[in-house]
Order: sequence, then structure tokens, then C-alpha cells
Amino acid sequence: MFGLFGRRKSKDKLKERLKLVLSYDRAKLSAGNMEELKRELLSVIKKYFPAEDNDYDVKVEQHGDRMVLVANLPVQAP
Amino acid sequence: MNAKAIVVTSGKGGVGKTTTTANVGAALARLGERVCVIDTDVGLRNLDVVMGLEGRVVYDLIDVFEGRCKLRQAIIRDKRVDTLHLLAASQTRDKSALSESRMKETVRALLDDEGFDRVLIDSPAGIESGFQVAASAADGAVVVVNPEVSSVRDADRIIGLLEAREINEVRLIINRLRPAMVKRGDMLEVDDVLEILGVKLIGIVPEDEKILVSTNIGNPASLDDTTKVGAGTAFRDIARRIRCEEVPYPSYEPQGGFLAGLRRLFGGA
Repeated sequence: MFGLFGRRKSKDKLKERLKLVLSYDRAKLSAGNMEELKRELLSVIKKYFPAEDNDYDVKVEQHGDRMVLVANLPVQAP
Repeated sequence: MNAKAIVVTSGKGGVGKTTTTANVGAALARLGERVCVIDTDVGLRNLDVVMGLEGRVVYDLIDVFEGRCKLRQAIIRDKRVDTLHLLAASQTRDKSALSESRMKETVRALLDDEGFDRVLIDSPAGIESGFQVAASAADGAVVVVNPEVSSVRDADRIIGLLEAREINEVRLIINRLRPAMVKRGDMLEVDDVLEILGVKLIGIVPEDEKILVSTNIGNPASLDDTTKVGAGTAFRDIARRIRCEEVPYPSYEPQGGFLAGLRRLFGGA
């Protein structure tokens, strides 16, 4: 993952970016909409659990032929 | 590939569609197939100059579509390989002169009436009507991609559109691979591109100055079989794979290093 001089390979960064942008392209979503979705999801979750604002992750993943919305929202026990 | 009519496409422009069509078409013809390559980039035709046949275009694809000539009159036979033929695009019209039904009829006639074994359709860049017409007559597709961000993204979009057209035999050519950059970690590897795009590979073509030289003189590099390395050979290998031959992929490790020298010395890849 890291080159001789600790420099991260640029192709690994590209691969990560491409996977993300293609998952949005394939789902016909815009990255901006996903941000909106994240905010709304979090506000709903917060009604039921105390949650941190910065510790969540919502993304679209390709599982074979299916697109899957994956949300990782750590909550503190109420 | 089982497909007889193969569209060569990419989404993004400038990645090597026309060069690929010319070189793979020439190599297939050299292998004995009766091949017709069709330029569908109406208004921006280039397959004729890349193949060195620009001086012989009298009638074009749109003349055929609009009945100004017979199909046979518009087919230009190559003088170097007599099984290689070109159907040129019109340079004076625009893409609105294209028609899916005429395109399908024309390709059908080439395969059924004119006795061609294979038709390669050089698609224009983009995802609009030109691409759609080129794809409409195809039963297989070769997607040309360069290992860089915009080409891979556009290829993904094109693959989606080909699937929507129920073209199931879709194969990938990774063009302009630069082994030294791959080795440094500054260019996507073949496996990265295949993982991201999820289609089957049919060729890896290294960046090669000889391609520019051969297009300068209008003589496809794949016809020069005196060399065993480089892009011309890669295009010949692709032609053989299209004919369902098993052709191993050479290693594109950068040459010249001590280890590479040793490997060559001892007959390694």
C-alpha cells in the first residue's frame, strides 16, 4: 500500500475514488444527495439514540448484481 | 467471440478506438477472415486515414443509407490484405444522417449477402445517437479503456448501456498501459481495472511509439509481423482471441532492469 518512501501509491487512491464514484453512477445518485441522506438518517437515529455527528458512514456498495445501501451508525446505549 | 458484428467503443474520446479497429481488423483479415470495418463517426471520419485508404473513398456509409449507391460500390478493398475492407463514414454530413434500421440492414447484408465473416463497427465517442446507432447492429462489443480515471468511468457507463441493449458478449481492451508507471504504483494495474469494471479481458496493449509512426504512414502496426513485442503484437493477439484461440498474455514488466535481463536470458516471460 505504501511505496518505498512512505508515499501512498496514487493508483490505490484512484481505485478507491473510482469505486466510490462508480457506485454512485450505477445507482444514479449524486454524491451531494448521499450527504443529504446521511444528514437525514442521522437526525432520525438521534431521535432514538444519542449519537455522535462525525462518526457515521453511509455508502452504496455493489454486491454482485445488487446495489446495497450500507449505513454504519454507531450509537450509545440509551 | 461468437459475435460476428462487433462494436468497438469507449465512451471517452481519444483512447484508441479507431487505432484498435484498424489494427484488429487488419490482423483478423491477415488470419484469413473476410473482414469489413465500418466507420460510424459521421462528420469526423478517420478510420480511412488511419488505414491509409483515404485516397480511395468514393461512396460512404450515408450514401448507402440514402440509396445513392449500392452497398458493394461503397466497400473499399485493401490492397495489402485482400480480405480487409472498409466502409467509410461521411465527412460532410452529421450524425443525424445515421439510422438504426439502416445500420442493421447494412450489417446484415454484409454478413448474409456479401459473404463477410466479421464486421467491426468503429463507434464515435460519446453515449448519444452515434454510439447508439453503432451499437444497434452489433451482437458483441469491445470496450477500449485507458488505465486512467475518466476513461474508466466512461467505460463503466458504456458497459451499462451495452447491457441495456442486451449485448451480452462484452470484452475489454486495456490500451496504452505504461508498465513503468504501473510498477511505480502510479497507474492502475490490469487486475484493478478488471475488478472495477467487472467485464472479461480480451487484450492488453502497451503504450508504443510505433503506433504513431504506423498511423503517420497509414499502415496498421499489426501488419508488421517482424516484431514480437509491443502494440502491434498485442493487436494481433487480440484478433486471435476474438477467434477463440487461447493466447497467453505476455508480462508487461518494464524491460532493461537487471532482473528483467536475467529473465530474458533464461527464457522467462
